[in-house]
Amino acid sequence: MHIVAKNLYKRFGEYEACQHVDLEIKQGKLIGLLGPSGSGKTTLLRLLAGLETPDDGEIYFDGKLVTDLPPQQRNIGFVFQNYALFRHMTVFENIAFGLSVRKRKKEVIRKRVAELVELTGLSGLERRYPHQLSGGQRQRVAFARALAPEPQLLLLDEPFAALDAKVRKELRGWLKEMIGRVGLTTVFVTHDQEEALELADEIFIINQGKVEQSGIPLEIYKSPRTPFVASFIGESYSLEKPSSLKGFDWVAEDGQVFVRPEFVDIFKAGEITDRCVANQGKVTNVTFRGNNWQIEVMVGGQKVYGTRSLEQPPLQPGEEVDVIFRRLLVFAQGRPQVLENRVKPGEEKRIPAFV
Amino acid sequence: MNSKVSALPDARTQEQPRHLAEPAAVRWLLIGIALLFLGLVLVLPLLVVFAEAFRKGLAVYWAAVSEPDALSALQLTVLTAAIVVPLNTLFGLAAAWAMTKFQFRGKQVLVTLIDLPFAISPVIAGLIFVLLFGTRGVFGPLLEAVHFKIIFAFPGIVLATLFVTFPFVARELLPLMQTQGSAEEEAAASMGATGWQIFWRVTLPNIKWGLLYGMILCNARAMGEFGAVSVVSGHIRGQTNTLPLHVEILYNEYQFAASFAVASILVFLAFVTLVVKHVVERKHKTQSI
Repeated sequence: MHIVAKNLYKRFGEYEACQHVDLEIKQGKLIGLLGPSGSGKTTLLRLLAGLETPDDGEIYFDGKLVTDLPPQQRNIGFVFQNYALFRHMTVFENIAFGLSVRKRKKEVIRKRVAELVELTGLSGLERRYPHQLSGGQRQRVAFARALAPEPQLLLLDEPFAALDAKVRKELRGWLKEMIGRVGLTTVFVTHDQEEALELADEIFIINQGKVEQSGIPLEIYKSPRTPFVASFIGESYSLEKPSSLKGFDWVAEDGQVFVRPEFVDIFKAGEITDRCVANQGKVTNVTFRGNNWQIEVMVGGQKVYGTRSLEQPPLQPGEEVDVIFRRLLVFAQGRPQVLENRVKPGEEKRIPAFV
Repeated sequence: MNSKVSALPDARTQEQPRHLAEPAAVRWLLIGIALLFLGLVLVLPLLVVFAEAFRKGLAVYWAAVSEPDALSALQLTVLTAAIVVPLNTLFGLAAAWAMTKFQFRGKQVLVTLIDLPFAISPVIAGLIFVLLFGTRGVFGPLLEAVHFKIIFAFPGIVLATLFVTFPFVARELLPLMQTQGSAEEEAAASMGATGWQIFWRVTLPNIKWGLLYGMILCNARAMGEFGAVSVVSGHIRGQTNTLPLHVEILYNEYQFAASFAVASILVFLAFVTLVVKHVVERKHKTQSI
């Protein structure tokens, strides 16, 4: 289904959950609405579902105005954050619900449910009640139940939030493949950027009831268009006085500067010879993170974060290190820029690569 | 969500760990006090009711309970409950539904108002109706003109009982429906279910045990209500006497054996209610785990 929303507005008392949002979603795409909690992303999803009525604006499904249609008539499937499975119904009855309220024939229902049970890998659990299922199984039932009436649009509200990390990863891959196979237009809400970046064809970054930026995940990650997106995506942190950093002395002082750990190289004393392009720093903290070390370094009175591989010689707190910034994300006069480390022309110094 | 409940240790079968237990003397003292209190306040009066009822023999007992006035009182009590319980079930459902599934102005006021019948004395509740519908009441002349009698008649008894038992069903359902939220209803709506379908197939099955429990409590109070009904009934024997009123009349006439005999019917009704309540509670428990 092709979805267009124009000037959507919704407030709850003083809180403006959705402030004049325009968006367009193309047929068959998997869309992630990503934002911090309280940003209004769930409200946007519920507006699309018809579970909330907008105070202003219009929603079109395939060119047809649906703003005033109740959820029953929108041909959608909705998966709730805590699944909202019917607790007094078995798995079979849960999945069959959407069909049986539409008064479909018994054989048709049985066939469709069997199909979905197969598709979602729930075989053998048809007669269980929701409380007899694991979190992952419940999620699958919720998914099968939403798909049963063959909706044109699937809406998922934080679909993996209630699952543990391992099951979450598994189901994520499963869901992406499943949606691809069914070819269904899907919108999901998440506060987990990793989930959005990994899963979505296109991401809408939501902040304070507005769409800050939309685009394919790679583009959002590489070129954030607003300071909010820059600080929200990646493990970004902000820096002051960028011109004091080696290789960036030409940068104007009036912008907001963001750095991600992958922009920063941290070298143990003696690892590089060409020290004049490096900033001197002192390690203040080292955190083991499984697949790498996160290093916290003080450079010129500012905290800087970077990572080091487990294969490299380990650093200790208090150790003197050389820090090189490869690039900075700068917002000057509201314009986003990615600034590369520029060693002055004429000096034949290049950024040394670690050997 | 509820699956964790079964993993908790069952309080009835779990031995209290030693470091949490009191010395034996303290334990027995506390248990003794509790039992003594229970015996004095609950068991003894119940035994007295039956002892007094049968003191003059089975024949007198039977005569007292099969006397036309007693039978008419029983009939009136059962009829009143049969009208009041379904009506208050409906009201309670509607009120709880409105207050948990919708947001509107003045909701808190409504929640407080529902408790009003619990907060004021039943005698005052009865008096309200006398002041409204009595001969000298606000609507008195109007009712007289159309020859419809409310006070000192059956409609008054039903009204007073309705008022007094109003909160039971709503009170039982409100917290239940509040914790359940409206996610399941929303899910049903997103799958195309109409309002009726949502109510019958999702909401009602989820609250049925709570609803039944509220109805049982409502019924118990409807049958036992004395104060409010006493004010509006007029104590006309064979006509507007409910069982509790009949007990009082007999007692005031020094017919102790008969009075206790009729009282034993009420006790019996209470027992039936308790048994049903017990069964419902057990069902409720196994369903919600």
